[in-house]
Amino acid sequence: MERLEVKGLNHHFGFTEILRDINFTLEKGQMLSIVGPSGGGKTTLLHLCAGLLDVEEGKVTNTFASNSFAFQEGRLLPWKNVIDNIALGLLAKGEKTSIAIEKSKKIALRFGLEESDFEKFPKDLSGGMRQRVSFARALVVEPSLLFLDEPFSALDIGLKKELQTVLIEMIANKEISILFITHDLMEAIRLSDEILLLKADPGHIVKKFTYSLPQNERDDKFVYGESAKILQDAEIIDTFELELK
Amino acid sequence: MKFIIKILKDFPAYLWSGWGAIASIFLFIAFWDIGNQVYGALVLPSPLETFKTLTTMLQDESVWKEINITLYRASVGFGLSLIFGSLLGLLAGFFVTASIMSRPIVTILVGMPPIAWIVLAMIWFGMGDETVIFTVIVASFPIIFVGALQGTRTLDDDLKEMADSFKLPWHMKFFDVYFPHIFSYVFPAWVSGLGMAWKIVIMAELLATSDGMGASLAVSRSQLDTPTTLALVVIMIGSLMFIEYIILEPIKREVELWRD
Ligand SMILES: Nc1ncnc2c1ncn2[C@@H]1O[C@H](COP(=O)(O)OP(=O)(O)O)[C@@H](O)[C@H]1O
Ligand SMILES: [Mg+2]
Repeated sequence: MERLEVKGLNHHFGFTEILRDINFTLEKGQMLSIVGPSGGGKTTLLHLCAGLLDVEEGKVTNTFASNSFAFQEGRLLPWKNVIDNIALGLLAKGEKTSIAIEKSKKIALRFGLEESDFEKFPKDLSGGMRQRVSFARALVVEPSLLFLDEPFSALDIGLKKELQTVLIEMIANKEISILFITHDLMEAIRLSDEILLLKADPGHIVKKFTYSLPQNERDDKFVYGESAKILQDAEIIDTFELELK
Repeated sequence: MKFIIKILKDFPAYLWSGWGAIASIFLFIAFWDIGNQVYGALVLPSPLETFKTLTTMLQDESVWKEINITLYRASVGFGLSLIFGSLLGLLAGFFVTASIMSRPIVTILVGMPPIAWIVLAMIWFGMGDETVIFTVIVASFPIIFVGALQGTRTLDDDLKEMADSFKLPWHMKFFDVYFPHIFSYVFPAWVSGLGMAWKIVIMAELLATSDGMGASLAVSRSQLDTPTTLALVVIMIGSLMFIEYIILEPIKREVELWRD
């Protein structure tokens, strides 16, 4: 069975403690969200899980067959156009160029990019478009585990919903497992099977929420209701203190 | 290949954008002519006379021989700088210690006046090809070296991490992630290195050899043959402008299209 297991994970940058005693398990087909204020160590945690940073203390076991990463800042290659950026992961897997380009074009259109954008370089894209390209680049390789670091933060509401729908569909079909990072609580409630609340200084998990209603059956009422419930929680108010003001 | 076609396709538009430059060249020639009328033909021959001299010179085989000699020295010197400057610069860039250690050497190379190098080279190599080639190398090598070094030192760690996350094989890492960035630093360095090489080769020839365009310049000066002197200058500047604006600039534009 494919799974990602994190046990007793601690992390320091220099003498600063960033993460303390993180424990969780992500099962196949699940969407697990980590929510917390910025600077709380979410990105660091995700990088540790994806093997982009070396684990110092604790244990990360990843048995998923393949994984891909959508970075918070996009990290597109500035000298490649939209399609070539998206195709990067496919080409790295040894996909034939013509097929890789074909797939990349298809997914770009699906994610709200237009044909006239295909030849553009990242410098000519808006922040939201860059995020879409980065998101497309991570999804087009059809990974069994997807790491998403605030992939929708620069998108406007309409497009955000559209891309969330894409994820919900994939989860419903059990195509993919996702470790998702966001500072948007409602987004997490809409999408996740499980939410971990990460409090800062140092980052540690203070709360865990589980939702069993399938994602494609959750409506706005459900999301607002659950958000309201959660926001009465003292721990949450404490964690998000700065952000609620 | 796709790239070369694109350069050729954009070439006419590029040429068209050159009208401003051509206008300013004509303006320059007009001022030159005024200078001729004020100071007389001995000090400053008219553009017309100069270009007439130039045409007769270009029909003379011996002039072409001198040009070829100079071209040979400049290309060998610049070629060696290009190869070793780029390779060593890359290498130094990949190792922190090497890049720190190379800095004072680069400072010495850049800071030392070319004329001092010429004198030293004359002592070491005598009067001939080696002296000129050596001077060209010393002058253009550090420019290219520094370009390659900076290109390597400024590689983006975030992009390397991204490349790792997609498990790019080494050849993709090199050609898709490292090379375009490094090239955007090295290529402009090649261009300035070439300009430097072309200037230095004339100077070294003038002082240290009896053949080549620099030597011709020395001869025409001693005979107070101003039209020939100016014609030689026109050849030097003309060839540099040709290489820079007709060959290198269009390439540079395509290469740097992705930049802000
Ligand atoms: N490479 C690094 N070196 C040193 N400190 C870092 C590094 N990356 C992040 N940090 C610090 O770790 C903390 C957590 O950062 P991050 O994981 O990016 O938080 P989040 O993603 O929750 O906003 C921040 O205080 C940040 O300054
Ligand atoms: Mg972050």
